[in-house]
Amino acid sequence: MISSWGRLSRAEHAVRYLADRAAAPGQLRGAGPGVCFGMGRSYGDVCLNPGGALWDMSGLNRFIAFDPETGVLTCEAGVLLRDIQRLFVPRGFMVPVNPGTQLITVGGAIANDVHGKNHHRQGSFGDHVLRLRLARTDGALIDCGPEREPGLFCATVGGIGLTGAILEADIRLRRVAGPFIDAELIAFANLDEFFQLSDASEGTGATGKASAGFEHTVSWIDCVCGGGGRGIFMRGNPASATCGPLPKGGRLAVPFVPPVSLVNSLSLRLFNTLYYGLKKRAAGPSLVHYEPFFCPLDNVGHWNRIYGPRGFYQYQSVIPRENGREATQAMLGEIARSGNGSFLAVLKTFGQRQGLGMLSFPRPGVTLALDFPNKGAATARLFERLDAIVREAKGRLYLAKDARMPRTLLESGYPRLAEFLNYRDPGISSAMSRRLLGV
Amino acid sequence: MHRRRIVIIGATSALAERCARLWLEQGPAELVLVGRDLEKTGRVAMDLRVRSPQSSVSERTVDFQDPAAIGALVASLCAAAPVDVALIAHGLLPDQSACQADLGLCREALLVNGVSPALFAEAFAGHMERAGGGTLALIGSVAGDRGRKTNYVYGAGKGLLTRYAQGLQHRLAGTGVSVVLILPGPTATPMTAHLKGKGGPPLADADAVARTMVDAIEKRRPLCYAPGKWALVMLILRHLPRCIFNRLNI
Ligand SMILES: Cc1cc2nc3c(=O)[nH]c(=O)nc-3n(C[C@H](O)[C@H](O)[C@H](O)COP(=O)(O)OP(=O)(O)OC[C@H]3O[C@@H](n4cnc5c(N)ncnc54)[C@H](O)[C@@H]3O)c2cc1C
Ligand SMILES: NC(=O)c1ccc[n+]([C@@H]2O[C@H](COP(=O)([O-])OP(=O)(O)OC[C@H]3O[C@@H](n4cnc5c(N)ncnc54)[C@H](OP(=O)(O)O)[C@@H]3O)[C@@H](O)[C@H]2O)c1
Repeated sequence: MISSWGRLSRAEHAVRYLADRAAAPGQLRGAGPGVCFGMGRSYGDVCLNPGGALWDMSGLNRFIAFDPETGVLTCEAGVLLRDIQRLFVPRGFMVPVNPGTQLITVGGAIANDVHGKNHHRQGSFGDHVLRLRLARTDGALIDCGPEREPGLFCATVGGIGLTGAILEADIRLRRVAGPFIDAELIAFANLDEFFQLSDASEGTGATGKASAGFEHTVSWIDCVCGGGGRGIFMRGNPASATCGPLPKGGRLAVPFVPPVSLVNSLSLRLFNTLYYGLKKRAAGPSLVHYEPFFCPLDNVGHWNRIYGPRGFYQYQSVIPRENGREATQAMLGEIARSGNGSFLAVLKTFGQRQGLGMLSFPRPGVTLALDFPNKGAATARLFERLDAIVREAKGRLYLAKDARMPRTLLESGYPRLAEFLNYRDPGISSAMSRRLLGV
Repeated sequence: MHRRRIVIIGATSALAERCARLWLEQGPAELVLVGRDLEKTGRVAMDLRVRSPQSSVSERTVDFQDPAAIGALVASLCAAAPVDVALIAHGLLPDQSACQADLGLCREALLVNGVSPALFAEAFAGHMERAGGGTLALIGSVAGDRGRKTNYVYGAGKGLLTRYAQGLQHRLAGTGVSVVLILPGPTATPMTAHLKGKGGPPLADADAVARTMVDAIEKRRPLCYAPGKWALVMLILRHLPRCIFNRLNI
């Protein structure tokens, strides 16, 4: 039985485990229709194929080569970002783009072209991929990159697994002095303050110069109290320090699925008030290890269970900057009125770069991500109101998080969709591709 | 500083590979990977070299059913320098009903899981005994603890290893050579991939099982269930009266 991170469905799949990169092309030839599965850290149906074939890529977890002169790492697509970090940070190199969890595969990071807190500086994951090897279900094995077969490459980066199975990749790691980040927390009272802080921290105009401002920025936003606009702004830069506080080894876990969601309007109000108060008091600079800085929840096993047996959705949008303030305010208003939402609410401005992938999510603008316990029709109605705001503001939703957007919103949000379709592997089909693309 | 010398037989096994990574995390070592296909062991070796550039990783192939070849290989490995740890990891989980229908398959499963690892163990035991030290680790299985209708061909091969390890432990007591028998429960590796996604038995995490294995080898424990809970489960299952056991559909 396989679920994705949102636990909205649980279905049987015919799982095929790929563990040998030499045997994989043969295993995939004619094996479709199926789709690749990394760590299932996507929230919706992008990595699922209920009742059909699923290619588990997590066994392809070998490193192949590393060049300490250039920082270029060649590895199989099932390697976890966590394992890259743990091996290479002590040698002075780090994964250039870190999403909110490290427990994802390189293949998943490419297929969703994931972004991190440093998008305004480093772009998304695909910007650091120099080459990838793609196995198609017709048996073809193709190497592509920014210069070699660029069309197929740009379709595969962010291509939600629909162009073939990525078997290996060359990724350029970044040099770092050590594992620490000079971090700073700042409380803000409303969205205007948020945008001022973002501009001041990221250096608007994004000349790409690394001298001024902050490499990492992100905000937690309170979606229920304080008019739905207050929050905590977090920013940071790689620290030159080589010793500091190490992450606590202890691992918590949610041991079972509670019969109902523990996230409700009461617990939400309580948590948000406490969290805002605590963080506001803790505001100021500190030295933080990269693990808690990038992925504060990775130490809590199965935290997605707190939403109960019906699971949860994440709704993540990006809105062009010129409409960003107004649309974000409108969405927060709808959410506050609905009494839904959760403590996991994230707001961040993206830099001036378009993702290189045809279906890459990041684009210049402001992104808002929020978890919602699944309450059936009520949740669906709220999403329709949010969709209307996103559409009106010329924004888009993130496919890695989606389980329900209407096809029209995909079409309006992703203008390169038609171009992308030329590169699809006809032997690959997922729950999402059938829902949004018909096949 | 003395670099540990570790030989892994069946080095392409997912569990063995995890153990090798954990050993290299502890510090540089000298690893010899033994498999049946140089390209496949080569992919494992490449990974280990990236993980630990200071270690030395070499590869050998052998016919796993040829006693003379096994004897010669082990002799040459042990002649080069003393072996600190030998891990014998290969195994094959066959389809039980296919084995019942095809005696050739049945024979192969018994040979790969039982006879072949025992021959490697016998060969290492002699050299280690003469060298006066070393740790010999064998991977059996919880399936070897009591024959069950759903996998007794595999279980019988693995059960042979349990008896073999007991005998070696008796023989080598007090010699400085330790024999460690590891009995994993169902674990998520290529061997059990067909059980995933189907509502089959819950599978343990390969990394966690490998940690338990490496720890048992470090401590030279004679018997190690991995994960540990299987010690209790198998204690009960071994002692369950036949009239009850025969009614279980396991
Ligand atoms: C707590 C948490 C925080 C997160 N924070 C962020 C964030 O800050 N930024 C962000 O961008 N994302 C974030 N995500 C989403 C996550 O990074 C993406 O969903 C990621 O793609 C998951 O990778 P995975 O290995 O689990 O792949 P899966 O979820 O299993 O699969 C994702 C897609 O990749 C495809 N795929 C997987 N492997 C391959 C392969 N080898 N070849 C071809 N296609 C493949 C699948 O078919 C599917 O389309 C977060 C998720 C969680 C749970
Ligand atoms: N996974 C479990 O649930 C589980 C449970 C209990 C015990 N075990 C035991 O743990 C050990 C490691 O298994 P694993 O889970 O890591 O499985 P795995 O990844 O499938 O590895 C199997 C290993 O056995 C080798 N092998 C298979 N057939 C062979 C043959 N005919 N001759 C020689 N070698 C052969 C394979 O070599 P090639 O790569 O060349 O094919 C590979 O090295 C095995 O002894 C297994 O029986 C596993």
